[in-house]
Amino acid sequence: MYSRTYKSLVSIPPLFWVGAFLLLPYALMFAHSLWAVREGVIVHEWNWSNYKILFANPLYAQVLFRTMRIAASVTLCSLLLGYPLAYYLAFHAGARKELLYQLVIVPLWVSYLVRGYAWKTILGSEGVLNGFLQYLHLRHEPVGFFLYSPFAVVLMLTHIYTPFVFLPIYAALEHIPRPLLEASQDLGASSLQTFRRVILPLSMPGLLAGATFAFVLSLGDFLAPILVGGPSGTMIANVVESLFGAAFDWPLGAAISVGILVITISLLLLSEFLEKRWAFK
Amino acid sequence: MSASPANPPEQTTAEATALLEVRSVGKRFGSTQVLKNISLDIASGEFLTLLGESGSGKTTLLRLIAGFEQPSAGEIWMGGERLDILPPYKRPVNTVFQNYALFPHLSARDNVAYGLRVKGTPASETSSRVEEALSLVKMQGFAASRPSQLSGGQQQRIALARALVNRPQLLLLDEPLSALDANLRKQMQSELKALQREIGITFLFVTHDQEEAMALSDRIALLRDGALEQIAWPREIYARPATAYTAQFIGQTNLLRGEIRGSIATCGALRWPLEEADGPVIFSLRPEAIRLSADGKRQASEVKFRAVIRQQLYGGSSETLEVDCGNGQMLRVRIPACGPLAGEREFVFSISDAIRVKE
Repeated sequence: MYSRTYKSLVSIPPLFWVGAFLLLPYALMFAHSLWAVREGVIVHEWNWSNYKILFANPLYAQVLFRTMRIAASVTLCSLLLGYPLAYYLAFHAGARKELLYQLVIVPLWVSYLVRGYAWKTILGSEGVLNGFLQYLHLRHEPVGFFLYSPFAVVLMLTHIYTPFVFLPIYAALEHIPRPLLEASQDLGASSLQTFRRVILPLSMPGLLAGATFAFVLSLGDFLAPILVGGPSGTMIANVVESLFGAAFDWPLGAAISVGILVITISLLLLSEFLEKRWAFK
Repeated sequence: MSASPANPPEQTTAEATALLEVRSVGKRFGSTQVLKNISLDIASGEFLTLLGESGSGKTTLLRLIAGFEQPSAGEIWMGGERLDILPPYKRPVNTVFQNYALFPHLSARDNVAYGLRVKGTPASETSSRVEEALSLVKMQGFAASRPSQLSGGQQQRIALARALVNRPQLLLLDEPLSALDANLRKQMQSELKALQREIGITFLFVTHDQEEAMALSDRIALLRDGALEQIAWPREIYARPATAYTAQFIGQTNLLRGEIRGSIATCGALRWPLEEADGPVIFSLRPEAIRLSADGKRQASEVKFRAVIRQQLYGGSSETLEVDCGNGQMLRVRIPACGPLAGEREFVFSISDAIRVKE
């Protein structure tokens, strides 16, 4: 057994970390959200007016809903890509499993920015995709909505977050004892029935974790809208960024951030609750 | 249920009403030949045990019948239908898996109902059959429990109920008792046997435990390195082992190696008359076939010898002696418990108990 002194000593660094880099910044952010800006100076007048602005001005709700719609689309698309991929790797890839696994992981080593610029190159009006379509004479004019649109943001974020969705699902599928699948067949279940009644429920915790990753990470993303989003692809984090930057309205920016934080924490709690319900020993 | 007496003579069981026929089945994984030309009939209502060491191919044979593996050669037939070309979910057999393979996300009741549900059995029939199966294994009180809340023995019962509820023609059991502790194991053995008599379903049981095989089976098929070594009912396989391997695997035995010359069998210090052709020979002599000699006349049908007791192991109702017949020829002797023994004694066995076996 460890002594009391030892236990309190080893708990200092993590407590310090959480306090200095998590709780303190959040507290500061929350304090800012209750202050105001007057003549270009932040004044410490405690009030709720920033939150009132958020609810009064429909623009913010509109961007927030668009952001959630984009995040939901990214989640759905990366689940549709990630689940079958994970399923194939876990059950049917055989000897190719290791190689394919590495191929899924490798893009994570490439900088986010590089991948963003790659999409610009592909989707732009002079880009690879439009060039190809014109070469095939499928189009005479370049297609405009490929780049600088919510579509481009969803595409890029799906590309970036699919590995994050894939990994927990793959781990969950790998952990399903293979005799369970044989037992299911033995009891008369076809492959589809086995999937629906055994594999899907048992991979639900992984699916949930992956979906939470994709949604929460997309929700806070601001680089994809800057790189490929254009005006119609602006997301809530861009609003926050401009409020903290050019617009110099830190209190309002902080209020929006607190709002996003509340949404994110609620989602994490919901996902944790569901995961507990579906967790099996 | 077809009549299946406790100890059926071997000849009359299989041929009349063969439920399952394994015909010249072979199986190789890569370059390893796991099963070699196995032919085997299982009679309807029979309790047949596949017995063998690990790696003998017994589980592979079971998996071929269940459909989890495809034979590399041969065919499997059941009730006039070829079985080995059907996918597992279309075969009228069910399996009790070694580690039960219960679905962790389903309650005991839903585990048992699984097979009926996937086949679209009406809900009312499903629930009554599930209750019936749970009561058959005395688990009605645990219907709502998750597998993780059940003990090994209870999981075992649920696994059994989950298979039996489908009323399979043949139940495959893959070392179902191996994960249980010794006492529970004995109890489950007896319950399993009673259950099989009660419901009359044919059991194909895999085990590496020869005592378990002897206690439960109508017949035992002993596998060795992927080949069928001997198939017979327990008393026969114990009393008349065909090979030295069988004699050693089923129970304990003394293997006497020697030769026959001029109608005399000679194995070390032991000699007795035997009207057989000259040549090398192996006999199996069970430890309990040897007795301490009560002073008196030697019978013509008996062999007497003197030996020095080197070791005495007390086993409650019996004693196991290790005796030296001279020149280091050691024999194991089992006699009723009789108190400490020492020194040189005279022992005796009947010639008919020395069973000639093949290598």
